[in-house]
Amino acid sequence: MTSALGWAERLRWVNSGLREFYVAPYRRVFARAKRDEEDLFMMLVLSEALGLPNPASGATLELLPEMLDRVHEWHTRQGLDSSPFDSMSCC
Amino acid sequence: MDGPNSLVLAVIGVAIMIAGYFLYGKFLAKRVYKLNAEFKTPAHEYNDGVDYVPTNKFVLWGHHFTSVAGAAPIAGPAIAVIWGWLPAFLWVTIGTVFLAGMHDLGALWASQRNRGQSIGTLSGRYIGKRGRNLFLVVIFLLLLMVISAFAVIIADLLVAQPGSVIPTWGALVVALGVGQAIYRFKWNLAVVSVVGVAALYALILLGDRFPVSLPDQILGLTPEGFWIVALFLYAGVASVLPVWVLLQPRDYINGIQLFIGLGILYGAVLIASPTVVAPAWNDAVPDDTPSIVPLLFVTIACGAISGFHGTVASGTSSKQLDRETDARFVGYFGAVGEGLLAVGAIIATTAGFQTLANWRETYESFSSGGVPVFVEGGGAIMNEGLGIPPGLSATILATMAVLFAATTMDTGVRLKRFVVQEIGQLAGIRLGTGAATAVVLIIALALTFSQGADGSGGMLIWPLFGTTNQLLAALTLSIVSIMLMRKRRPFLPVLIPAAFVLVVSIYAAVVQLRTFFLDGEWLLFTIDAVIIVAATWVLIEAITAMGKVRKEPPEPEDDQLLSDDERIGLG
Repeated sequence: MTSALGWAERLRWVNSGLREFYVAPYRRVFARAKRDEEDLFMMLVLSEALGLPNPASGATLELLPEMLDRVHEWHTRQGLDSSPFDSMSCC
Repeated sequence: MDGPNSLVLAVIGVAIMIAGYFLYGKFLAKRVYKLNAEFKTPAHEYNDGVDYVPTNKFVLWGHHFTSVAGAAPIAGPAIAVIWGWLPAFLWVTIGTVFLAGMHDLGALWASQRNRGQSIGTLSGRYIGKRGRNLFLVVIFLLLLMVISAFAVIIADLLVAQPGSVIPTWGALVVALGVGQAIYRFKWNLAVVSVVGVAALYALILLGDRFPVSLPDQILGLTPEGFWIVALFLYAGVASVLPVWVLLQPRDYINGIQLFIGLGILYGAVLIASPTVVAPAWNDAVPDDTPSIVPLLFVTIACGAISGFHGTVASGTSSKQLDRETDARFVGYFGAVGEGLLAVGAIIATTAGFQTLANWRETYESFSSGGVPVFVEGGGAIMNEGLGIPPGLSATILATMAVLFAATTMDTGVRLKRFVVQEIGQLAGIRLGTGAATAVVLIIALALTFSQGADGSGGMLIWPLFGTTNQLLAALTLSIVSIMLMRKRRPFLPVLIPAAFVLVVSIYAAVVQLRTFFLDGEWLLFTIDAVIIVAATWVLIEAITAMGKVRKEPPEPEDDQLLSDDERIGLG
């Protein structure tokens, strides 16, 4: 069964296998780098809670509700039982 | 008497290790570690898509094996066959079955029963407050040895096989190109792979045609010294670049090249099936050869038992285990894979010669063994089996070994940077990436050059590397023994090997201490003294902790502890 479609399928299969071999060993490194970047962004949005003036607070204010879940996820990851921010007490 | 056919040796070696996996591995899994398929592994308990991810056991085995296998299972046997092929063969096969497999499986089990924590954290938990510091000392020494020993191996190969100079450095350019093609231009990976591998082999042909031999003096250094400095500069830069630029594409191309190279080598052994010319037991060893006991047991570390595997098993693999029962395949069979590599190295270095006289000529001194002999012997077998010209065969194998060792070297520099930063933190000093990398490079360079800038010291450091590696294994096994004792399970299958490796490594370190003292090698003498202190420390801490455990009431068995949310259905 070596129809044109069969070959295309097989090629796709080989390609996905190679991609896995390429990507998998470094998946953790990239996921961590992404997480660190997201954490930094969260800190920027919450910078006023840390006592740092935020010139863009007008624009980032509407992101605060979105941050609530992230803060919860972040403080559990850091081994803190509750959020260290007074304005963001999630649990 | 004629030696055995190498094919027979390979078949016996494979049979022993496979039997070990099916019989002894099964015994360990059932009676000692009591693996339970229902136990909710850390990968399920803390699944975060980053560190903790349940992974198919074959994929996980692939990752685990490629992380633990390096140039070490080739270098150790290639030196140790100087005592004859039989002692090396027995230590590799018996070691893999009763020590390495048990150790790797044990480290994996211990870590995933403790939320996937690393051996460092576990030594703090089971040995006491000082356990964590002890671990830091041992891992610091081990990484130092890895970086220095591998720099010497690569430099020796580049000088012994000038044909491999162009492909070795050219491979970096290929890797940079592959990285750009994938991330910036988003080209098709299959096409990029074919082009990348073709480019690498074109470089091998080019290198073979235009060998690069350095002049006797270059910038005031010998050729070996020059390559060592160049390698450290490379490793320093590679370890701080973003991984997608160089490390990731280089690992990928190396992986593919490794499969091709091993396929060629084993295919050649199968076709040529050369006779082993080296004696089973060499009773005419060169004068400078140290006594086989204890040196054999530290010369071959990886391939018989290696503490480094425990850091991989507890660092990453334990967080990705889908079912606890997969640990036997991932851990024990990972060790079998490395044992097979070591048997391959034994065959290449004992059967890749025409006559016994040729073999003796090559092994004329203890420091003349090593990876270059593997390249020479393996190249001869490839020539005989597949008709590839001997020079080209040697260039292919040398490039393979260099790429293998270089991967371990720059990963080692990267890991050691983290260790230096952690030690700095304990001492209250904050070290940035650049500063920590500089500290790593300076210490490792000093150690490398302390054994002679011309590489004449050769493999002085190799047995020290083995000693440290065994020390780490003994520390891990002590922790596993303590865990088993707490549960009142059979612990002798773990404790006896732990005692054995600890005793041989202390013994070997003392023998070497005397040699370094007589030769006036003061830096090596000091490092060796530190190793002996660390080993004695491991011994005392382990005995004290075990004494305490015997007085405590037994811990309940795992099955009784398992609550409903700690179970996963057997779907």
